[in-house]
Amino acid sequence: MKFPMKWAVSLHRQFAASILKFQQPNFTRLRLSRGLSSKAKPPVTMGAKKENSDDEMDEKVKKYLRGDAANLEGVKDKKLKGQLAVREDLYGKSAKTAAKIEKWLLPSEGGYLEAEGIEKTWRIKQESIAREVDILSSRNQYDIVLPELGPYTLDFTSNGRYMAAAGRKGHLAIVDMKTLNLIKEIQVRETVRDVAYLHNELFFAAAQKKYPYIYNREGTELHCLKEHGPVLRLQFLKNHFLLASINKFGQLRYQDVTMGEMIGNFRTGLGRTDVMQVNPFNGVVALGHSSGTVTMWKPTSSVPLVKMLCHPGPVSSLAFHPNGHLMATSGRENKIKIWDLRKFEVIQTLPCHAKTLNFSQKGLLAAGTGSFIQILADFSGSQNYSSYMTHSMAKGYQVGKVLFRPYEDILGIGHSMGWSSILIPGSGEPNFDSWVANPFETSKQRREKEVHSLLDKLPPETIMLDPTKVGTVRVPQKKEKPTKKDIEAEMEAAIETAKGTEFKKKTKGRNKPSKRATKRREMIDKAKRPFLEQQTQERETSRKKQKTNPETEMPKSLQRFVRQKAT
Amino acid sequence: MKVKVISRSTDEFTRERSQDLQRVFRNFDPTLRSQEKAVEYVRALNAAKLDKIFARPFIGAMDGHRDSIKCMAKNPNYLKAIFSGSDDGDIRLWDMASRRTVCQFPGHQGAVQGLTVSTDGSILVSCGSDCTVRLWNVSDANLADSDNLSDNSAKPQAVYVWKNAFRAVDHQWDGDLFATAGAQVDIWNHNRSQPVNTFDWGSDTTISIRFNPGEPNILATSANDRSITLYDLRMSSPARKVIMRTKTNSIAWNPMEPMNFTAANEDCNCYSYDARKLEEAKCVHKDHVSAVMDIDFSPTGREFVTGSYDRTVRIFQYNGGHSREIYHTKRMQRVFCVKYSCDASYVISGSDDTNLRLWKAKASEQLGVVLPRERKKHEYLEAVKNRYKHLPEVKRIVRHRHLPKPVYKAANLRRTMIEAERRKEQRRKAHSAPGSIVTEPVRKRRIIKEVE
Repeated sequence: MKFPMKWAVSLHRQFAASILKFQQPNFTRLRLSRGLSSKAKPPVTMGAKKENSDDEMDEKVKKYLRGDAANLEGVKDKKLKGQLAVREDLYGKSAKTAAKIEKWLLPSEGGYLEAEGIEKTWRIKQESIAREVDILSSRNQYDIVLPELGPYTLDFTSNGRYMAAAGRKGHLAIVDMKTLNLIKEIQVRETVRDVAYLHNELFFAAAQKKYPYIYNREGTELHCLKEHGPVLRLQFLKNHFLLASINKFGQLRYQDVTMGEMIGNFRTGLGRTDVMQVNPFNGVVALGHSSGTVTMWKPTSSVPLVKMLCHPGPVSSLAFHPNGHLMATSGRENKIKIWDLRKFEVIQTLPCHAKTLNFSQKGLLAAGTGSFIQILADFSGSQNYSSYMTHSMAKGYQVGKVLFRPYEDILGIGHSMGWSSILIPGSGEPNFDSWVANPFETSKQRREKEVHSLLDKLPPETIMLDPTKVGTVRVPQKKEKPTKKDIEAEMEAAIETAKGTEFKKKTKGRNKPSKRATKRREMIDKAKRPFLEQQTQERETSRKKQKTNPETEMPKSLQRFVRQKAT
Repeated sequence: MKVKVISRSTDEFTRERSQDLQRVFRNFDPTLRSQEKAVEYVRALNAAKLDKIFARPFIGAMDGHRDSIKCMAKNPNYLKAIFSGSDDGDIRLWDMASRRTVCQFPGHQGAVQGLTVSTDGSILVSCGSDCTVRLWNVSDANLADSDNLSDNSAKPQAVYVWKNAFRAVDHQWDGDLFATAGAQVDIWNHNRSQPVNTFDWGSDTTISIRFNPGEPNILATSANDRSITLYDLRMSSPARKVIMRTKTNSIAWNPMEPMNFTAANEDCNCYSYDARKLEEAKCVHKDHVSAVMDIDFSPTGREFVTGSYDRTVRIFQYNGGHSREIYHTKRMQRVFCVKYSCDASYVISGSDDTNLRLWKAKASEQLGVVLPRERKKHEYLEAVKNRYKHLPEVKRIVRHRHLPKPVYKAANLRRTMIEAERRKEQRRKAHSAPGSIVTEPVRKRRIIKEVE
């Protein structure tokens, strides 16, 4: 049964005069106004400019090199050394070419917002931006008001073309963002807590009251995932085709959506939580718990990879930077912490309340709380975040979820009265790669991409904290010898289990107490035996080591004739 | 304030008409792609598996001879053709595309021991155990107008009779001379019925002969006294000789590096030498389990094919210690001659069971016209497979080859014997004064001495 949709779109746009600001030729990077006071730019001489551009190219080349060159000093095999040297040379050349392409050949330029004079960027309102921008972009700024269907959550497909919106009271809608067409809307007549797109716009999963369901683009229900239970949050791992869910009882489940196989089912043991995010860099799922800890999970282990204490109170939201090194967490104590995930240290603490966090492709952080949204940006690339833009919505609009739209300078906001979209210049990646995500995809291209991504589907074992370790040599870990205490503890534990074994109740006169006692003694001896053997072995080896005196060391050929002196 | 927002106009990013190609935009930024290494690894694994699925190297057999095939010759001007000579004196010209005999050259009374074609493709020289050398006219015009008769027989242009039976013949790359190997090495001219020059060093028969592709006056021969001799025609006396422990059955010069040649030896190995420095082999290629009978280089100079008495044909890399590929069939018996085709795509083997077999040089290669996108895809899959081929899962698939049971068992036996020998050597070393026993590298071990 379909409810009529009230498209009471309150438009913030004003029909701007057709003034399109032309690009200035030497703006190659994202230009943002600097912090509190706009510094006057010092005059740059030609030499310094050239140095600047060289440094820029070096930076870019470093990015494309993906790490340091291999050290070929220790390679003794001349053939291998020659081959590796040729390879390293090729890498260097390709990194340089890629850097040049980035500088000269990319079709689009990024967005920017610069304040002039005494105005600050965070004072600039959306209306004034809409006035300055072209019509097509100003169309993307709107509020959709749907007050009776509950707080809305959103999800975008990876190319930013389609959006799925889910209202708490059961409203599911799929919208084509290019044409702002409503493709399909259905009313499932149940609480919907979360919605997530699968690998393309044809499939999405909705976390409904009792179980999550998978729907088609037409709104047909394809699957009911009963094993997941009452799910609070859903996340899709793109490369692995895994649907991760966390349910009311704190159970984390991973399901492979290609074959429907349940890969992992873990009890987190830390209670109910609805803060879950996937780190796009390495595919680990992070959960934020009410004790203030953030745990990171992979589908092949039942213990979390990392458990870190982030906040004194419950973690209210979590977000990952696309480069995989930064994580933003916010707690109830009105603080946002920016963590470096390589060292697991706090880089920055911001005094800002956030109920929801999201990083954009260019590293802008959106924090939403109440009816106020703050966008933070690091201007110099030094991971020092400061306020960039703000947006306050009408009072009564409680922000539920903020989500940046990929490849666009748009922030989608799901709130209690519907959803909105505002313009954030400089947040999206201007140049997409057709083989990764194409906003202008045709259906043929979509089908091809689906087949290729299925062929490249990664097995769940490839999820690890450092994804660059695939294909490298695993250094054998030196096993630490268990201490005496540990060994004794193990022995005690073994004896306890042996004592606790239940014996079969024998009848017909075979159940004599003496026999039972001897059997029990035998079981305990059997449990003790391996430890005693180990002890005697160690004693012997230590004795042997003491015996060999370095003074009477014989040459290797005569060692077998050395007589063991009897002590 | 200055503001700009990303706004893409649909016309720039989509095609105008349906007959245009779809537009493709690239951004090589690593942050757009996550887990690149794992994706590459999965692609390498799939590429290795696909390679094995498409590996069908055997193309066909050319049937017709009535006795085992002893020698083959390629015409450098005519890609599709190959000459083969058998033990009953039958020389045939085959068309490899249709795998049929184009022309027959009857005449030899005994076994045909050597075949070679002049560089301009006009003369075929054959020598046999009936002490004759026959020259045949095989220019293109002659062969092109072969009529509807399926076996055309041709008459020899010249027949030269000499004193002893011949064992091998080879034509100079850039001139008019050819050399025969028998009791001694004779240099002939096309028009003279007697050898122009004779070389003799040592008292044993020379069994194979090869001219250098880069330097037309240098040739290498191998003799029954386990030696490899280098001759220079300008010097009128043999240049250098290296004596090994076992006899060399055949020699092939590297067409891209003409100072290097590879010798196919009776002790199941092939030894690559630098002709300027014969005291040590450059590389030892080990994988056969029985005597290597023939060897031929690919025109790229990067690979060579060997045929051995153990009924297998192996393809080695020019600097690789082990073979990259092995071809065998139940029906193929002892392989006596192999040739690499002039376009580096095919390998032809002539064996004891009177058949010539045509194989692909790269077992999973797609024959025929390959579209540029297909070619790029193949190259990419090859590259990604090579990047991860040392990892255990991929290595297991890439290395796997089915061996016939006798070859497998013989290889295991050889391995145990070599291991045992090595262990004994190590123990001998451990029980003697340090430095008294010196292990020679394999490259030197098989050489007895070098003689000027």
